[in-house]
Amino acid sequence: MIKGYNFAFIDEYAKREIRRKILKAVSIPGYQVPFGSRELPIARGWGTGGLQITLSLIGKEDILKVIDQGCDESVNAVNIKRFVKATTGVSITTDTLKATIIQTRHRIPEEELTETQILVFQVPYPEPLRLVEPQESETRRMHAEADYAKIWVYLYENIVRWGEITIGARYPVLVNGRYIMDPSPIPRYDVPKLNYARTLYLFGAGREKRIYAVPPFTEIKPLEFEDHKFRIEDFTDKCCALCGSKDTFLDEIIDGDKRIFTCSDTSFCKKRRKNPNIPKSSRKK
Amino acid sequence: MRDWILKVKNLTKIYGDGCPKCLESETNKCSFCKATIAVNSVSFTLYRGEILGIVGESGSGKSTLVRSLYFDITPTFGEVYLNGEERNIFDFNSEEKRRLRNFKMGMVYQNPFLGLNFEITAGGNVAEKLLMANWRNYFNIRRRIKELFEKTEFPLSRIDDFPSTLSGGMLQRVQIAKALANNPEIIFLDEPTSGLDLSVQARLLDLIKKIQHEFKISMILVSHDLGVIRLLADRVLVMKEGRIIESGLTDQILEDPQHPYTQLLVNSML
Repeated sequence: MIKGYNFAFIDEYAKREIRRKILKAVSIPGYQVPFGSRELPIARGWGTGGLQITLSLIGKEDILKVIDQGCDESVNAVNIKRFVKATTGVSITTDTLKATIIQTRHRIPEEELTETQILVFQVPYPEPLRLVEPQESETRRMHAEADYAKIWVYLYENIVRWGEITIGARYPVLVNGRYIMDPSPIPRYDVPKLNYARTLYLFGAGREKRIYAVPPFTEIKPLEFEDHKFRIEDFTDKCCALCGSKDTFLDEIIDGDKRIFTCSDTSFCKKRRKNPNIPKSSRKK
Repeated sequence: MRDWILKVKNLTKIYGDGCPKCLESETNKCSFCKATIAVNSVSFTLYRGEILGIVGESGSGKSTLVRSLYFDITPTFGEVYLNGEERNIFDFNSEEKRRLRNFKMGMVYQNPFLGLNFEITAGGNVAEKLLMANWRNYFNIRRRIKELFEKTEFPLSRIDDFPSTLSGGMLQRVQIAKALANNPEIIFLDEPTSGLDLSVQARLLDLIKKIQHEFKISMILVSHDLGVIRLLADRVLVMKEGRIIESGLTDQILEDPQHPYTQLLVNSML
């Protein structure tokens, strides 16, 4: 642990402000709470929103896992882990089930999370309506009045032009029947995991200075038409080239003239390679 | 007495700070404070199923009047009551105003850029109104748009084209379809046919007449063209300098105008 800094780098008053904003976010599921985004030794846009949430929540007993697109070893994830370790001395893990706080960029781990864990998302664009409305004052009014026709027209126009809804990541969802929320750029595959989950999900956008949350057991509905349903990515007839899993989110890798697929969640892939029968949910059916 | 739908009381719109003497001014420019009184203490009642014409020269306040009624412009003061709503509609909060705009009112502007979103298709513009009313079935939405386009005689083959590719007459038809989407009680028509060529104008006027007959919707029609007013309106308000100077049955006003300005208007008709 490096000397000369407060525990978890940011000062206690700032942490308290962020925790208060988190409480507000939890109380109003899906509502974007403005917060005073602090300067950190990494640039905004590189996960500072998620990092500030992690730093203001973390205690000495916590066990941290950080992933970037499902991977524990990517540069962004490794740097954030080292930084938190250097300023707090907490232990770091790659095992999803052992972690108490997981900070993530663009994925929800394959293994089902529990009520003793918190998942912290790094969010580049917190505003789901930005796609259809450039003005912040206008999007705030639209949220306040639940005036969401514009984003629905966007979906309608998608079907007119392409025959289906073409949004890949960042699929807009309706939280608790009230606010439309950007679930951060997770693949559509992960969106259903938000619905009535046992875990607390916190979203932090450092550059845009917003925090929002999905509390446990909250209804999350992806926007869809009755006759054009939301659907997840299709991996039929494909499996991970390393562990053979058929029920995980796969990354496509072009290797020379060969096209292979591997698990995006690297730590779960490693577990599956040791024991191919390990289930995604540890809960007894 | 016929069933009323809209009651307007002392509607006034002043641009500028205004002073106590503004409302007494002869013209729409206050001689004391130089404020512009676009609409000056206008009161009238709109009855169910009628077309009320508003005529007057450019700058007489007719557009400001209807745009205030559609919440595009916030009036300085005045009261407007809609049958079925308890309070003055200008006291409503913005969500309630939006509900009235979407479900009880429709608007057709002279300039289609005001009424339509040019970034989305013709069908999408109509769909927006349906989506506001929580239509969540794509097939039903498409069917309703086609039904409305058939009513307004808009070519169905162009349902997915962008407004920038459509002619002036077609754009007005899209605007009318959009205005009709949620079966409103009132439609405001702000110079709907001005700037179109005569044959297109004639067909649009026919269409408005037909729709009014079929759905019995109350309409307020703003026009500087007495020919259009004569063809469509049951009753007429004549406006000048922000005030109503004469009102009555269309035939009566056109055959026997009382106010010198109205006489001038009727005499200058081609």
